[in-house]
Amino acid sequence: MPNDGNISVRVDGLVKRFGSFTAVDRVSFSAYRGEILGFLGPNGAGKSTVIRILCGLLRPSEGSVIVAGVDVGKDPEGVRHHIGYMSQKFSLYNDLEVSENLRFFAGLYGVDRGIAGDRIREAISLAGLQGHEHDLTGTLAGGWKQRLALGCALLHRPEILFLDEPTSGVDPMSRRQFWDLIHGMSGRGVTVFVSTHYMDEAEYCDRLVLMNRGRVVAMGTPPELRHLVKKGALLLAKCEPLGTALQILQGSPGVAEAAVFGNSLHVRVEQAEDALVTLPAMLESRGVKCVSLKPIEASLEDVFVQLAGEQSAVRGGPDR
Amino acid sequence: MSPRRLIAMSRKEFIQIVRDPRSLLIALLMPVMQMVLLGYGVSLDAKNIPVYVYDQEGSQDSQALLKRFQASPYFDVRKTVNSYRDLRYAIDSDRCKLAIVIPFDFSRKLRDTGFAPVQVIVDGTDDNTANLSKGYARAVIARFSADVQHNWLQRQGMPIAASNGNISVDTRIWFNEDLESRNFIIPGIVALVMALVGALLTSLTIAREWERGTMEQLLSTPITPSEVMLGKLIPYFMVGMADAALCLMMSVWWFGVPFRGTLASFFTTTALFLIVILGIGFMISVAIRNQLGASMIALLVTLMPTSLLSGYAFPIDQMPAAVRAITYLVYSRYYVTILKAIYLKGVGVKALGAEMTALAVYAAVIGLLATRAFRKTLD
Amino acid sequence: MEPEIAVEGLSKRFGPVSAVDCLSFAVNRGEIFGLVGPDGAGKTTTMRMLAGVMSCDGGRMKVAGHDVAANAEAVKGSISYMPQRFGLYEDLTVDENIRFYADLFGVARTERRERGAMLLKAAGMTEFRDRLAGKLSGGMKQKLGLICALIHRPRVLLLDEPTTGVDPVSRREFWQVLYSLLAQGVTIIISTAYLDEAERCSRLALLHKGRLLLCDTPENLKKRMPGATVVVSSPQARDLRELLAGAEGVSTVILVGAGLHLVVDDADRRVPELKARIQSAGIAFDEITASEPAIEDLFVAYVQGR
Repeated sequence: MPNDGNISVRVDGLVKRFGSFTAVDRVSFSAYRGEILGFLGPNGAGKSTVIRILCGLLRPSEGSVIVAGVDVGKDPEGVRHHIGYMSQKFSLYNDLEVSENLRFFAGLYGVDRGIAGDRIREAISLAGLQGHEHDLTGTLAGGWKQRLALGCALLHRPEILFLDEPTSGVDPMSRRQFWDLIHGMSGRGVTVFVSTHYMDEAEYCDRLVLMNRGRVVAMGTPPELRHLVKKGALLLAKCEPLGTALQILQGSPGVAEAAVFGNSLHVRVEQAEDALVTLPAMLESRGVKCVSLKPIEASLEDVFVQLAGEQSAVRGGPDR
Repeated sequence: MSPRRLIAMSRKEFIQIVRDPRSLLIALLMPVMQMVLLGYGVSLDAKNIPVYVYDQEGSQDSQALLKRFQASPYFDVRKTVNSYRDLRYAIDSDRCKLAIVIPFDFSRKLRDTGFAPVQVIVDGTDDNTANLSKGYARAVIARFSADVQHNWLQRQGMPIAASNGNISVDTRIWFNEDLESRNFIIPGIVALVMALVGALLTSLTIAREWERGTMEQLLSTPITPSEVMLGKLIPYFMVGMADAALCLMMSVWWFGVPFRGTLASFFTTTALFLIVILGIGFMISVAIRNQLGASMIALLVTLMPTSLLSGYAFPIDQMPAAVRAITYLVYSRYYVTILKAIYLKGVGVKALGAEMTALAVYAAVIGLLATRAFRKTLD
Repeated sequence: MEPEIAVEGLSKRFGPVSAVDCLSFAVNRGEIFGLVGPDGAGKTTTMRMLAGVMSCDGGRMKVAGHDVAANAEAVKGSISYMPQRFGLYEDLTVDENIRFYADLFGVARTERRERGAMLLKAAGMTEFRDRLAGKLSGGMKQKLGLICALIHRPRVLLLDEPTTGVDPVSRREFWQVLYSLLAQGVTIIISTAYLDEAERCSRLALLHKGRLLLCDTPENLKKRMPGATVVVSSPQARDLRELLAGAEGVSTVILVGAGLHLVVDDADRRVPELKARIQSAGIAFDEITASEPAIEDLFVAYVQGR
C-alpha cells in the first residue's frame, strides 16, 4: 500500500446532521493518490452527502475532511479547482456541438484561454471523439456522451475525480471502454471516487466503502469483501419445485437467507458442512427434489445484502 | 363508457387540483385579481381631467365661468398660471390635459355683444380622453353661455320665452343609464376571466401526465379516450362554474353592476362557453406535451382574441370591416354579447337566439374535436 | 400448450432507424422472461408494443390470448405494464394511487380492499398508506408501482427496467415478489440493462440494435460462450495487462479493481501457459483461475463477433 505522503483525501470522524437527522455518522477513510474508491450503498445511505462534503458543497457538522491538502471545513471554495465531477445525468447541453460543450466547460472551470484549445483537443482524443467535434451532442450515443462528459470533467486537470453512477444504462462494450479510460486516469495519479449501487460498476474499483444508514459498514478490496461472507457459507441449490423449496428453506434452522437466482436458489447458511448433508435430506422428506447443492463464491451483492441486513435487523424504518 | 373509470379519473384530477398550490392559485385567486385589476384599471370614463387656467382678465365673469369648471365632476382645476409658456410647459410635462385661456376683454365683450370667445387647449395625445374632455368642456361652457344669455335678455327686458325657441335635444340612455363604462366592461371581464382560468388549467392537465411519466401507464389500462377527456374536464368544469359564480357576485356586490337577467340564462351560456374553452385547452394539452408550452399557447389562443376581438372593451362596430368579419369567428364575441345583454338588458335566452346558437354550435364542434384529439398511443 | 406470449417478426421503425427488427420469441405461462441489452437495443419499444401502447409496423403479437397488433385495447384488461417511470401520481397518497388503478381496471371495492391490504403488507408498506407517493424512497416507489400493477390480478406482467436506481436489498425483495407471482401462474417479461440481473430470469433474449442475438436459459447461454473467462488477481494489474494483452489465445483483457479479467479460447490449455508467463516475468499475483463466464462476456463476444 502507498505510504502516507500519498494520501489525497483523508476523512476523520465525519458527521453531518440535517436538523435532528444524522445523514453521515462518524465516517472515516482515506484515499490514496491514483486509487479508484467505490462508494456502495442504497439510496439515502449517505453516499451523496459524503461526496457533496468532499466537493465543498456542504459543510461538515463534525470531523475533519482534507481534500488535496485543503481543509474543506475551513475553505470549501479552495477545494473546487482540485476536483472534477461527472454525474449520471450528464450535464451536457444537447443542443450544443461537442466542441461547444467543451469550450463552455473550459470557461466555467476558468481554464486559461491560451491552453484551453490544447486541453479541448486532448479531451476530444481522450474521449475518442475525433471527427465528431461538430456533431450535436444530443445525437451522440449514450457511451459517447458519457466519454464526452468525462472529457468535460477533466478539462481543468483535477487531482480528484467524482463519478456518480457513471455507466448506468450504457452497453457493456462502452462500459468496458469507459473503465479503461478511468484506469488510465488513475494510472496518471488521479484519485477517482465512484458512487454507485450497481455491482457491475463496483467490481472495477480498487477498494470499496460500503455505506448504510450514514455509516461505513465495511471497507476493502472486492476480494476482501467477498471473503467477509465465509467461504462455503453460500450454497447454490437446484430444486424441483423451486417455489416450495424456497418456502421451506426460508424458515429452516441454520439458513440465514434464501433467494432465487434464475432457476436455482442462493442459500446462505451458518454451517456449510452440516447444511450440505442436512438440507437435501430435509427437502426430500418434504417432497422437494434436490437436484444439486454446492458451495459457491459470494457476489458483491450477497456481501452487501448480508452486511446491510446485519447492521439493521429491522428494515423499513422511516424512509425519506 | 364506464362510470367507475370516469369517476376514478375525475376524483384523481380533483385531488391533484386541490393539492397543487399553482392550480389552486389559478382557480381561486386569479379570478379575484383579474376582476379587481381590470375592473378598476380599465375605465373608459374621463373623470377629474386635470385643468390649468390662464385667466388674463381675472374679472367676476371669468371667475364665474371657472367656477363652473371647478364644480364639474369631469374636471379638476389644478392651477392658475400667468403665461402661455407656462401652459405649454404644463401640457408638455403632462401636468394637465386641458387648458382654458380667458382673454382680457372677456367680460367687456360679453356685456357689449353677448358673445365672447374662450380658448380651450386640449392635449390630443390620447384621442379618447381628448374627445371626451373637449365634449365636456363644450357642455360646461354652453351651459354657462346659456345662463349668461338668459340674464342678458332679462336685463334687456326681452321676453324669456323667445330664447326657448331653439330645439333642445333630450337624450335618454337605455340600459346603462349612468353611462358608466364599468357597467359596460365588467361583463366582458367575466368572459376574460373564464377564458383565462379555463384554458390555463386544462392546458396543463394532459401535458402534466406526459411530463411526469404517468401517461404511459395510463395508456396501458382499459380507460377509453373519451373517459380520459371527460374525466379530466369535469373537475375543471366545476371549478369554472364556481369561478363564474364568484365573478358574478363580485361584479354585482362589489362593483355594483346591475344584473337584470336570470341566473339560469347566465349559467347556461357560461356552461356552453366553458365547454368551448376547456375543449380548446384540452386539445392544446394533447398536442403540446409540455406544461410550459401548452400554457403559453393556451394564453395566446384564448386571452388574445377574447381581449381584443370579443368587443368586451373595444366596440366591434367601430372596427374596420375586415376585422369585424374576423370577430364572427371568435367564440368569446358571442359570450360577451350575451353576457352584456343579460347583465344590462335583462333579456332572456330567446332574444339572443343567434348568439346562443353560434355558441352552442361552437361548443358542439369543439367538444367533438376534443374527443377525437386524444389517442391512446405513444406513436 | 399454447404460449402465453407469442411474438413473430415484430418490427418497428422510427424514420430511418429500425428500433425493433423482425423479432420473434415465445414465452410460456409461469415463465419469467428477460429482454436484455444496452440502451437503444429495442427493449422499451418491444415492451410498449406488447402493452398495446405503441403500434407495430409489422409482425404479429399474441398476448394472453389476444391479438395485440389487431386490437390493442382488448388485451389491456389482462395485462399490467410498468413503464420505467412507474406511473405513480406523486401528489396522490399510496392508497389513492392503488384506488385509482383498481378503479380503472374495474376491481370490485371489497376485492380492492382485501387485495390492496394484502399486497401492502407483503411489501411492508402498510404503515405508509397515507403517505404521498412522491415522498417515498426509490425502493418503496418501485414496490408501490408493482402493487398498482398487481391490484387487478393480471395474467401477464410487463416490467420495463423496474430496478433501475433501486438498491440491492430492495432489488432482492422485488425479485422475491416476482417469483411468488410465477408460482401463481403469472407470466412476466422483464427488461434490464444489467446483465447480472439477467441471470435471475428463467429465459433470456439478448437484444442488440433491435435484433435478437440469442434466446435461451442463462445456463445454456453460458455454455455457448465461445472460449472461457479467466480471472487473475494481482496487485500489479497494470503491468500484467501490458504483459498479457497480445498473448496467444487471449481475446480480451479487462482491468478490474483487484486484477484482470481475461477471455481466452481454451481455459484448460491457457491457464498453465499464462501462469508460467506471469511467473517468468516476475509479476506478483495471488490467484489465476478459470471462472464461469458472465452473461456480459457472452454479450460482448457475440456483438464483437458480428
